[in-house]
Amino acid sequence: MTTTTLAVLVPLLPFLGGAAGLLLGRTASGFVRPLAVLPTLTSLVLAALVAVRQGGGQAIDSATELTPTGSVPIELALHIDGFAALVAVLVGLVASCVQIYSTGYLRDDPRYPSYAALVSLFTSAMFLVVYSGDLIVLLVGWEVMGICSYFLVGHYWETPEARAASLKAFLVTKLGDVPFLIGLFALATDAGSFRITKVLGTVASGGLDHPTLIALLLLAGVAGKSAQFPLHTWLPDAMAGPTPVSALIHAATMVAAGVYFIARLLPVFEASQAAMVLLAVMAAVTMVGSGLAALAQDDIKRVLAYSTIGQLGYMTGALAVGDRGAAVFHLLSHGAFKALLFLAAGVIIHAAGTNSLAAMSRMRNLRDRVPDAYWTMTVALLALAAIPPFSGFFSKEAVLGVAEHVVTGHTEHAPAASGWIVLVAGLVTAVLTAAYAMRLWLLAFRGRGAEAPDHGRQPLTMTVVLWVLAVPSLALGGFVFRLLPDWFDVRDLAPTLTTSVLGTGLALAGGIVTYGAWRHTTALAARVPLGAVAAHPEGDAAQVEAEAIATHEPAYGDIAYAPDPADPGRLLLGPLHRPAAAGFHLDAVYTVLFVRPVQAGASLVRFLDREVVETYVRGAGALPRWLGAAVRRAQTGNVQTYVSALLAGTVVLAVAAVLVATGA
Amino acid sequence: MHLAYPAVLSALLFCTGLYGVLARRNAILVLMSVELMLNAVNLNLVAFDVWLSRTAEETLHSGQALTLFTIAIAAAEIGIGLAIVLAVHRNRGTADIDKLRDSAERHGPDGDHDGTDHDALTAEQSDEAEKAEATA
Repeated sequence: MTTTTLAVLVPLLPFLGGAAGLLLGRTASGFVRPLAVLPTLTSLVLAALVAVRQGGGQAIDSATELTPTGSVPIELALHIDGFAALVAVLVGLVASCVQIYSTGYLRDDPRYPSYAALVSLFTSAMFLVVYSGDLIVLLVGWEVMGICSYFLVGHYWETPEARAASLKAFLVTKLGDVPFLIGLFALATDAGSFRITKVLGTVASGGLDHPTLIALLLLAGVAGKSAQFPLHTWLPDAMAGPTPVSALIHAATMVAAGVYFIARLLPVFEASQAAMVLLAVMAAVTMVGSGLAALAQDDIKRVLAYSTIGQLGYMTGALAVGDRGAAVFHLLSHGAFKALLFLAAGVIIHAAGTNSLAAMSRMRNLRDRVPDAYWTMTVALLALAAIPPFSGFFSKEAVLGVAEHVVTGHTEHAPAASGWIVLVAGLVTAVLTAAYAMRLWLLAFRGRGAEAPDHGRQPLTMTVVLWVLAVPSLALGGFVFRLLPDWFDVRDLAPTLTTSVLGTGLALAGGIVTYGAWRHTTALAARVPLGAVAAHPEGDAAQVEAEAIATHEPAYGDIAYAPDPADPGRLLLGPLHRPAAAGFHLDAVYTVLFVRPVQAGASLVRFLDREVVETYVRGAGALPRWLGAAVRRAQTGNVQTYVSALLAGTVVLAVAAVLVATGA
Repeated sequence: MHLAYPAVLSALLFCTGLYGVLARRNAILVLMSVELMLNAVNLNLVAFDVWLSRTAEETLHSGQALTLFTIAIAAAEIGIGLAIVLAVHRNRGTADIDKLRDSAERHGPDGDHDGTDHDALTAEQSDEAEKAEATA
C-alpha cells in the first residue's frame, strides 16, 4: 500500500470501530472490547509505518476535491511532515494504552460500549486534525473532539459535578472556537485557499493582509482548546470525568491540538509581532498561575490537570519564541509522561478509595498496595519535574534553551521581549513544577496513619500499560533529541549548559524546599483526622472514582480544597493557598462578568415574554371571548326564536336593499 | 284577472304560514304552515308566469316549471319532516317544539370570561362532551 493509503486508514479505522461499537454495543456485547482496542492498535501500527516511510524527509501531500464548494475550495487533503508523523504516533500510543486500560478500569460499567465508541471517535478526530492538510477538514476533527470531550467528561452524569463540568468544558471551548472559525475564514480569504501548504506559501511571500487580526482570532480558539489563560478554567473541572478520559483528552490529544495547530501555522503567527508577544504573556501567566494552583489542590487529578495547563504553557512559550521543534518535542514527551501520570493516578484512586491527597497522606502502605503505580508514577513525576535523564528534562531544556537563544539576540522571527517573558516564567515554573510534583509524591506515597484499604490486585490491563508508557517517559528525551532536528526543520534541540544547570538547580531547590516543608508539617497530620474513603472492594475502579468525586465536596466543603494543616503546600503558599486552591477565583470573576449578565438578560427576556407579549396575546383574545359569550346567550334551543331572528334579519336586509335601490 | 288579486292572496297565505311557523307549538302544525308558505310561493310563480307570458310575450313558462319542482320538493320535504316528527314523538312522547331544546347553550359555571382559568374551561368542555355522549 502507498503511504497515502496508510495515512488515510489511520483516522478511518478508529472511526469505523467507533461507529460499529455504537451500532453493535447493545446487541453484541462480546464484540465491544475488540472493537474498541483493535482499530486503535492497528492505527498505531499504521501511524508508525507512515512515520517510518515519511522518515522526516519531504512532506507527503495529497489532495482530492469531493465537490466544488464555492469561491474558496475545500479539499480532502493530507499534509504529513515530520511533526504530523510523530504526533500521530504519540496519539496512537496514548489512545491504545487508554483503550486497553479502560477495559479494566470500566470493567463493570454498563455504559462501557458507548464510552469505548466515543473514545475511538475521539481518537479518529485527533488523527484527522494531525494529518489534515486542509483547514476546514482540520476544523471538523477539532469540533468532533469538542463534542466527544463533552460526552466523555459527562460520563458519570449521575453526579452534578460531571454534568456541570461537561457543560463548562463545551461552552468554554466553543467560546474560543467562534473567533477561531472567523479567523480561519479571514485567513482563507487572504490566502485564497484552505490548504495549509498554500496558506504558508502566501505567508512566505508576504501576501497576508491582516496578520495580527487573524493571529489573535486563531489564538482565541487555541487558548480554549489548549486550556491557556484566560480560557483554561474548564480543564480542572473536567477531571470529573473518568481517569482514562483525562489521560486521553487532557494529556495527549485534545489539549495538544491547539499547540499542534500553532506549530503547523507558526509562520502566520510570526507575521505579527503583537501576536507573538501576546502568546508569550499568555504562556507566562498560564505557567506561573497553574503552578501555584497545582500546589494547593487536594484532588490528585486536579493537581495533574493544573500541571497539564502549565506544561502546555511551556509549549506555547516555545511557540512564542518561534521554535516549533522545541514545542512539539515537549508535546511528545509530555504526552507520554502525563498520560502515565493520569493512568497511575487512576490506579491510586482505586486502591486508596479516595481522590483526596489529604486522605491519602493519612494512609500507610499505599505504595505497597500498588507497586506498579508507585514506580511508574515516580518516573513520570521525575520527568514532569525535568530531572535528568528523564524525558521531560530534555524537552523542557529545549524550550528554555531556545528562549535563552532569543534573549541573547540570535533570532530573526521572535521579539526579544517574548524571549525574556518565556525564560523568566519558565524558570519560575520549573521551581513550582518540582514543588508540586514532590508534594504529590510525598502525600500520596509517604502517608502515615491507618492501613490503606485492600481492594485486591489491580487488573493486569491497568498495570501493564503503565510500564509501556514508563519507557518513553524514562528514555524518550535522551534518545531522540539528536534525531528530532532531522524530522523537524529546526536547529539543534540539545540542552544548553546555562539553562540546564539553572533549570535543574531550580527544580532540585523546589523539590528540597517542599520536602523540608513536608517534614515540618507532617507532624501535624496525626492531630487532625481526615478522610472519606469510598471502599468498594468488589466494585470496579470507575465506580470507586465516581463515588470519590461525588463525596469530596460533602466531606471537605469544596471540590478542590481540604482543610488540612499537614499539607506542605499550605506552608509554602502562605496566604496565597486559599485563592490558589480556587484557581485564583477566576470562576467567580467569570460569574460576575459573564454568567450573571447572561442570566439577567435571560430573566429580562422571560419578563418581556411572560408579562408584555403575553398580555397583548391575552388582550387580543379577550374581546372575541366576550362577544362569544354574549352571542352564546342567544342560543336558547327554541327553533322558533331562531326563525324569528332570521325573519327580522331578512326584513332589515330587504328594507335596506330597497332604500339603497331607491336612493333614499 | 288583475295581477293584484293572486299577489294579495299569496301574501296573505304566506303571512298565515309565517305566523303558524313562528307561533304554533305542535310540530305537525308547523310543518303544515311551511306548506302554506310554499304554496303561497307557488301561487306567485304561476301568477307572474301568466302575467309575463301575456305582457312580455315570453313563452318559456319557466314559472310553471319551477312550480312543479317546488311541489315535488315539498312532497319530499313533508315526508321526511313527518317521519322525523313521528320518531321524535315516539322517543320523547311529545311533538311540542318548545320542549325540544337539546341544542340550547347550557348556562353552567362559565361566568368568568377573563380566560385565566384554563383548567376550569377544559373541565367544562369535557363535561359537555360527556353530556353529548349521554344524549347520543
